[in-house]
Amino acid sequence: MAYSKKVVDKFENTLNNPQAFNVGRFDPSEENVGTGMVGAPACGDVMKLQIKCEPSGNTHIIKEVKFKTYGCGSAIASSSELVEMLIGKTLEEAKEIKNKEIVDALELPPIKIHCSVLAEDSIKQAIEDYESKQ
Amino acid sequence: MTNKSTIYLDYASTTPVDPRVASKMMQYLTPDGEFGNPASRSHRYGWKADDAVEEARSHVANLVNCDPREIVWTSGATEADNLAVKGLARFYKSKGNHIITSKIEHKAVLDPCRQLEREGFEVTYLEPDEGGIIHPRQVKEAIKKNTILVSLMHINNELGTLNDLNAIGEITREAGVFFHVDAAQSTGKVEIDLSVMPVDLMSFSAHKTYGPKGIGALFVRRKPRVRIEALIHGGGHERGMRSGTLAPHQIVGMGEAFRIAKEEMKDDHIKVNAFHEKFVKEAMKIEHAYINGDLNNKVPNILNISFNFVEGESLIMGLKDVAVSSGSACTSASLEPSYVLRALGRKDELAHSSIRFSFGRFTNDSEVNETLSILHNVVDRLRQLSPLWEMHLDGIDLDTVKWDTH
Repeated sequence: MAYSKKVVDKFENTLNNPQAFNVGRFDPSEENVGTGMVGAPACGDVMKLQIKCEPSGNTHIIKEVKFKTYGCGSAIASSSELVEMLIGKTLEEAKEIKNKEIVDALELPPIKIHCSVLAEDSIKQAIEDYESKQ
Repeated sequence: MTNKSTIYLDYASTTPVDPRVASKMMQYLTPDGEFGNPASRSHRYGWKADDAVEEARSHVANLVNCDPREIVWTSGATEADNLAVKGLARFYKSKGNHIITSKIEHKAVLDPCRQLEREGFEVTYLEPDEGGIIHPRQVKEAIKKNTILVSLMHINNELGTLNDLNAIGEITREAGVFFHVDAAQSTGKVEIDLSVMPVDLMSFSAHKTYGPKGIGALFVRRKPRVRIEALIHGGGHERGMRSGTLAPHQIVGMGEAFRIAKEEMKDDHIKVNAFHEKFVKEAMKIEHAYINGDLNNKVPNILNISFNFVEGESLIMGLKDVAVSSGSACTSASLEPSYVLRALGRKDELAHSSIRFSFGRFTNDSEVNETLSILHNVVDRLRQLSPLWEMHLDGIDLDTVKWDTH
């Protein structure tokens, strides 16, 4: 299998140390939490991403992120990579994150690009959910 | 050895060559060995190579109890399947153009069937029951006036399930239809007695039975006689059914592997059966684990289990110190989960979650124990990461969720 060492390391680290890699959940009903869930079990991957934000000036900053992912090793690594990119960003900055950045960071092979697309979709949905509550 | 730290539980994919087989093969390659061309009739090199090929043919015939003249060497079971299915269909096309097979055959049978459909043949693909079995009555019901061939596997390579060849063969005999069986997974695992089995063509592989890759054979029955059209022409070797210079080192390897298989089949079985029992008992302690394939009608060397709420490829990555294969989409280029598991009516997510463990002659207790311990640990960790497991624990029925499919 054409896996980069980066994917393998990210996957293994996340698996072996879930707390340190932001695996978990927030209460989705809280006002400062936005939840996104994309994918389907039948397709082999489901990503759930939650952001916890704070207002800052005329925007909001992502303070904490939690995720859970069902999927192949690349899907899990992609979520984990994205989560680290998000912490400390404003919502505007987070919206600008493109799947290409995840592909590059993890050196994903072409057949695994859909994992990064799914990750991008999950943050968009989480932000949408958060903004709808404000 | 480079892979020593990785436990090998993928014997259904291929087996290592038994060292006894390898040392025999070495005698047919080098200048001081018997390197001759078995087709050379004019000198001792050729005669010696021919003797070795014929002795190997007897060993193969002996394991399955047929006449050595009924064995045709091929490059493997894939070629044997191609030769049987396409060769028979093309020879008998004036008699009829309908073929019966199943949805869970190996691609080595399904793809030739697809090709025959392009050539104007009609193919019926039987559906297995939820345990992976094709029932004789299904074959009976599918046979039509223009049916010429039924092609079904003996042991399914993903599930280890067994079809009842005797019952199916009786039906095909009565209907005057030829019966081909892909027995790539069978040799050395279960008894095959072609002197009484109503089977006309049977495919064999060396490398699933501790022989080398690149060699296989097709059994072509002489009485009642079965005719096939060759796929490869060029010299008329193998009684015109398969031209090309024979590879004595490969053939001797297959012969020796099958000779040993006959001698050691009982011991191999006892050993593997114990691993299977232990594995079933311990792995099924994991919640929401499901065995794929009828547990009461399968061989013990193959065990296919789905671990719900965990995706198969991530499980394989987690089991990095164990070599196994997955029915998951992601291990193949197709992004489709195993067509075999789907044909059993398993939900896609269970098909995505399946792992095939297969045991063999060189598996030992400590490897099985270690695998079980790693398995428990990794399934547990992956479930902590799984949003599906979380929803399941929250009491949400995943079937009622509206998924955002992509």
